[in-house]
Amino acid sequence: MFYREAGDFKTSYVDDNQTFPIKFDRYRYYVVLFIAFAIIPFLLNDYWVNAVFMPFLIYAIAAIGLNILVGYCGQVSLGTGGFMAVGAYSCYKFMTGVDIWWGGELLFRLPEFNIFFSVLMGGVMTALVGLLFGLPSLRIKGFYLAVATLAAQFFLVWLFNRVSWFYNYSASGQISAPERTLLGVAISGPSAPAWAMYLFCLVFLAVSAIIARNLTRGSFGRKWMAIRDMDIAAEIIGVDPLRAKLSAFGVSSFFVGISGALFFAVYLGAVEVGEVFGIQKSFLVLFMVIIGGLGSIFGSFAGAAFLVLLPVFLKNFLVGGLGWPTDLAAHLEFMIVGALIIIFLIAEPHGLAQLWRVTKEKLRLWPFPH
Amino acid sequence: MNDMSTEGYVTPDGRKIGGVMMEMKNITLRFGGVKAITDISFDIREGEIRAIIGPNGAGKSSMLNVISGFYVPQEGEVWFRGTKRPQMKPYQVAQQGIARTFQNIALFEGMSVLDNVMTGRLTHMKTGMIAQAIWKGKAEQEEVENREVVEKIIDFLEIQAIRKTPVARLPYGLKKRVELARALAAEPKLLLLDEPMAGMNVEEKEDMSRFILDVNDEFGTTIALIEHDMGVVMDLSDRVVVMDYGKKIGDGTPDEVRNNQAVIDAYLGVAHD
Ligand SMILES: Nc1ncnc2c1ncn2[C@@H]1O[C@H](COP(=O)(O)OP(=O)(O)O)[C@@H](O)[C@H]1O
Ligand SMILES: [Mg+2]
Repeated sequence: MFYREAGDFKTSYVDDNQTFPIKFDRYRYYVVLFIAFAIIPFLLNDYWVNAVFMPFLIYAIAAIGLNILVGYCGQVSLGTGGFMAVGAYSCYKFMTGVDIWWGGELLFRLPEFNIFFSVLMGGVMTALVGLLFGLPSLRIKGFYLAVATLAAQFFLVWLFNRVSWFYNYSASGQISAPERTLLGVAISGPSAPAWAMYLFCLVFLAVSAIIARNLTRGSFGRKWMAIRDMDIAAEIIGVDPLRAKLSAFGVSSFFVGISGALFFAVYLGAVEVGEVFGIQKSFLVLFMVIIGGLGSIFGSFAGAAFLVLLPVFLKNFLVGGLGWPTDLAAHLEFMIVGALIIIFLIAEPHGLAQLWRVTKEKLRLWPFPH
Repeated sequence: MNDMSTEGYVTPDGRKIGGVMMEMKNITLRFGGVKAITDISFDIREGEIRAIIGPNGAGKSSMLNVISGFYVPQEGEVWFRGTKRPQMKPYQVAQQGIARTFQNIALFEGMSVLDNVMTGRLTHMKTGMIAQAIWKGKAEQEEVENREVVEKIIDFLEIQAIRKTPVARLPYGLKKRVELARALAAEPKLLLLDEPMAGMNVEEKEDMSRFILDVNDEFGTTIALIEHDMGVVMDLSDRVVVMDYGKKIGDGTPDEVRNNQAVIDAYLGVAHD
């Protein structure tokens, strides 16, 4: 009854282009922002931060990134885990001071970057690597491109395992984030407070979402979608396919890299590359995008929230509540996710986001559907 | 008919046609052993409506594909506004100001009508990625300016009501119109239409004919179109190229072509349609 667009007329193209054209949606958006920034940080405890909020915020960034590539530009990627690893290792190197060698001699060492710029460099380096691995996309499509990105996934994990420069020659082969502060508050390291880690990731997510939304509603988004829907027609209206695809790979990898950097530096603190950034990660983020909705920024949030909350829910409800054995609950999770993937791929490629839209459309007419 | 060798001519209905815009010189195109086009030359003049007709498989679509850069002819040259065109990719041809529609509609099915037509403006939208990411300011202003152009075209083609409809849901006739809108949005110098009226009923054909004439008249757009329906061609076009089995068998005003014996044979005598 209250959800209305009637009487909310647009008198300019600027108004018509808004992210939330309906007033009610816009208010809800401000309310969500307010709650996320000003209320949740005071209510957090370590369990919720570690089990729910941090993974949600970080995966949502990765899902936004992958959605730009897969959902908007139509280029399949199974290399997300590997690209997250690039973000993580780049962030680590910039945090600890990049050492440049030449002919067995240390040429120089960059100063240590602060945590914010280290994470940002994680994104930048991953964007460059993404551009490189995006080059074959001009020639190969669909299944073959997926295989190529899979190769990138395995190559990158192998690289970070193999070349000790990436993990600063540590004996364990792991990387671990030293304590770094921002404005006097620890963001990384064991003593970083939950609210600070949360806010740090939230800022990155909010800015990523706004940038992604702006890019996808303008000329870049239309180029990407044109390539996705029909590459021949895209060329005929003047879209250079190579540049369009590479820009999607670059932007997508940038966000994925940011999420990898946050995953390592803020969330986990220490990383063994094969375990954390393996092929399972690629699939997990891809499933988020599919379940949430291909070609929707909101869907990226929904998919990340769903796949982060599902195991938490199953664990608390089935294992904690009904006393099921843990492995049974884990199997059930696989089955639910598998079934949902199939259902969404066949019946609703636009995922949870589309279900939400349909519900809203019904609500808009409720209670007088005619 | 006026003397074609001088600069331009005046049509029977009084429109002034300019000099040569595009000239195809001795084009030959082969697919393996099949010759789709054999040694064809013709020109398209500024402001003209030029038709290419001929039976199925005559090589008409192939000729448009040569013009728009999809096919590279084995022999021959393409001249555009007085200079020989180097080999170009289709997107480079588009950036030169040549837009087209396809025989089998090629719209972006996942996007709304508005977004489809907006893609026609992409060659005019130049703000960089940083400005786009920030949106407020340059990017938003550019979006609004281009949206205004697009809304004029949407009004012009009378598709206001379906602006926000996903293209996939539209009937065939409207899809053809949206595709024309997208091509027009580019404000092309030369517009190529591959069978714009194929599969339409009489009423839709009349609408489409009117749009084509209006585009030529109001925007001064030069148009080259392929059409099967002889009646339509005779009404619309200033000059006609007739193709059969990849060869040019006639070229001239509709009247000249109608009375050409080779053309009559191709269409009536040995129809392979
Ligand atoms: N991409 C292609 N590969 C092979 N043969 C082609 C191709 N495109 C067109 N042809 C052939 O070229 C000839 C002309 O086709 P087309 O230009 O589509 O004719 P029209 O548009 O006049 O009906 C036909 O024999 C067709 O089979
Ligand atoms: Mg044809």
